[in-house]
Amino acid sequence: MRQGAVRALRRGVAAAVVVALVLAPWTVDDYTVALLARTLALGLVAVSVALLTGVAGLPTLGQTAPYAAGAYASAVVGSHLSDVGLAHLGIAAAAGAALAAVTVPLVVSARGVVLLMITLAVGELAVTVVGRWRSVTGGTDGLAGVPAIRPLWGLPVLATDRARYLYTLVVVAVLVGVVLLVLRTRVGLLLRAGRDDEARLRASGHRVPVHVAGVHVAAGAVAGAAGSLLVVAQQFVSPADFGFDTSALLLLGVVIGGTASVGGALVGAALVVAARDWLFGVLPGQAPLVLGLAFVAAVYLLPDGGRRPPVRGRLLPAVPARRPVPDRPTPTGVRA
Amino acid sequence: MAAGIRFDPYVVPALDGVAYGLLVFVAAAGLVLCFGVAGILNLAHGTLYAIGGYTAAALLDGGWPSLALALAVGVVAATASGALVAGLLTRVAARNHLTQALLTFGVALAGGSLLVGAFGPDDPPVRVPAALDGSVVVAGHRYAAYRLVFIVVAALLAGLLHLVVRRTRAGMLVRAAVDDAEMVAVLGVSPARIRVGVLAAAGALAGAAGVLGAPIIGPGPDTADAVLLLSLVVVVLGGLGSMTGTLLAALAVGQIQTLGVALAPSAAPFLLFAAMAVVLAVRARGLATARRTT
Repeated sequence: MRQGAVRALRRGVAAAVVVALVLAPWTVDDYTVALLARTLALGLVAVSVALLTGVAGLPTLGQTAPYAAGAYASAVVGSHLSDVGLAHLGIAAAAGAALAAVTVPLVVSARGVVLLMITLAVGELAVTVVGRWRSVTGGTDGLAGVPAIRPLWGLPVLATDRARYLYTLVVVAVLVGVVLLVLRTRVGLLLRAGRDDEARLRASGHRVPVHVAGVHVAAGAVAGAAGSLLVVAQQFVSPADFGFDTSALLLLGVVIGGTASVGGALVGAALVVAARDWLFGVLPGQAPLVLGLAFVAAVYLLPDGGRRPPVRGRLLPAVPARRPVPDRPTPTGVRA
Repeated sequence: MAAGIRFDPYVVPALDGVAYGLLVFVAAAGLVLCFGVAGILNLAHGTLYAIGGYTAAALLDGGWPSLALALAVGVVAATASGALVAGLLTRVAARNHLTQALLTFGVALAGGSLLVGAFGPDDPPVRVPAALDGSVVVAGHRYAAYRLVFIVVAALLAGLLHLVVRRTRAGMLVRAAVDDAEMVAVLGVSPARIRVGVLAAAGALAGAAGVLGAPIIGPGPDTADAVLLLSLVVVVLGGLGSMTGTLLAALAVGQIQTLGVALAPSAAPFLLFAAMAVVLAVRARGLATARRTT
């Protein structure tokens, strides 16, 4: 009964948030609308982080790499080929997926802190390359004046902040919906099973490396699409959008929102980014200090850091048998 | 530069690469220790280096005593900061890697902000001891004396580190904790104390690298991130936990960053990425198990 009430409450809150998001551009100024659009793009990256970290149990700090790949693919290639948003999204998602696919050999057998380390190195190196490849990316100055797009063939160009925001909102809603739908199928079940007991999944004949590779590429595609949305939202892209602090903010948002909850990741990332933007306005110069202390405080205050997801159909989460660590243990029997 | 000196364009970058590589090795060695023993990805490691760098910039005045003082202060400050991170981590050590990453990143953000607040947002100049300020002639090329001395000192530090890890009781306990922390606990040594000690030692290494390397990778608001990235790349390339591998990787990265840039300027941005991709692709499957076999 209590569970039903909680579920009803959550649905109510979710519905209220969606209505507020749709109505937001008519109630706040253009600057805030542009900020909101950018935040939504980051929220979509957080969804890809939650997909890897929470659902599949593969902690990552490197989702900024496909995010950046998608953004630059959309800004550089997309602008030359077409001005249709759907095409940009496709190109950006393909770029993000391609980058993720290239890094699959590096991540497929790594788990836990090794994976964090490799993904962080990949993400940082990707941003370094973006900053130095001046002829294509404009270096650290970035690419300004990215032309406006039209969402679909035959529709008008997105000329105002409000229109760009609504386009971002629709795309994020559709993509999050697709991710949620896919996670309700057998695919989601297999990913969760791999997170909870990889050795058993292997033993029952499932090809876990294929699942890991698949979820990496899928998360890369989602992050790439988010990159395209970022370019649409701010019509500008520079390496500063994909820095180390972005990865860490995303991670904080995902941990706050509940690592295994896709919607929670979106909300958590939005909260963290909003808090960051607000702090930079209120306390210029001191914002990183406050933010850093907030990180430390979050670790101590959160009930269990990365919370364990409740098991479907049970009131309380099952008591973990060995240790309360949701990361994947290194599979036994894997040797070089 | 005096006229008439034969200048082969590749000897100086190659020597620079050695100095750079050894610096990165001393900085990254601490990260290897943290990672190999405590299983902690210390994202505040670059900040510990920056502490050493800022100390050097603030205290060095061109004399030898100031170098000794800066080294002492920098090492002590960075060691204390490493111990602080360890202290903060022990209470959440039972949690997962994500919270550890969050915590150390929070420390890095706050520490970086405090450093910029204390020393200003610009890159401060670093004065090396006057006796080392000039240049010496190496095989017909003029080369900065400080860097030459740095190569020797850093090589000594690397050798010392090897001896400590391989030959002393503390080093043996640390290696034993990597292999089997529970067995070490059964022997009567608290793994928690080893973890604190290793994080403090890692801080000391980063601080020493920061002070001595300040004339090479100088302190500034971007230093912490740059050093963390280089260290990470080197640790990953070196096989995640092997000191020898890390040393070789650091020397290779040093050559890529200096000689590679001199030889192929247009490809320079991608060289580091390409090196990492090649090494990881070749031995990707070995990485997952590397930690156990060290």
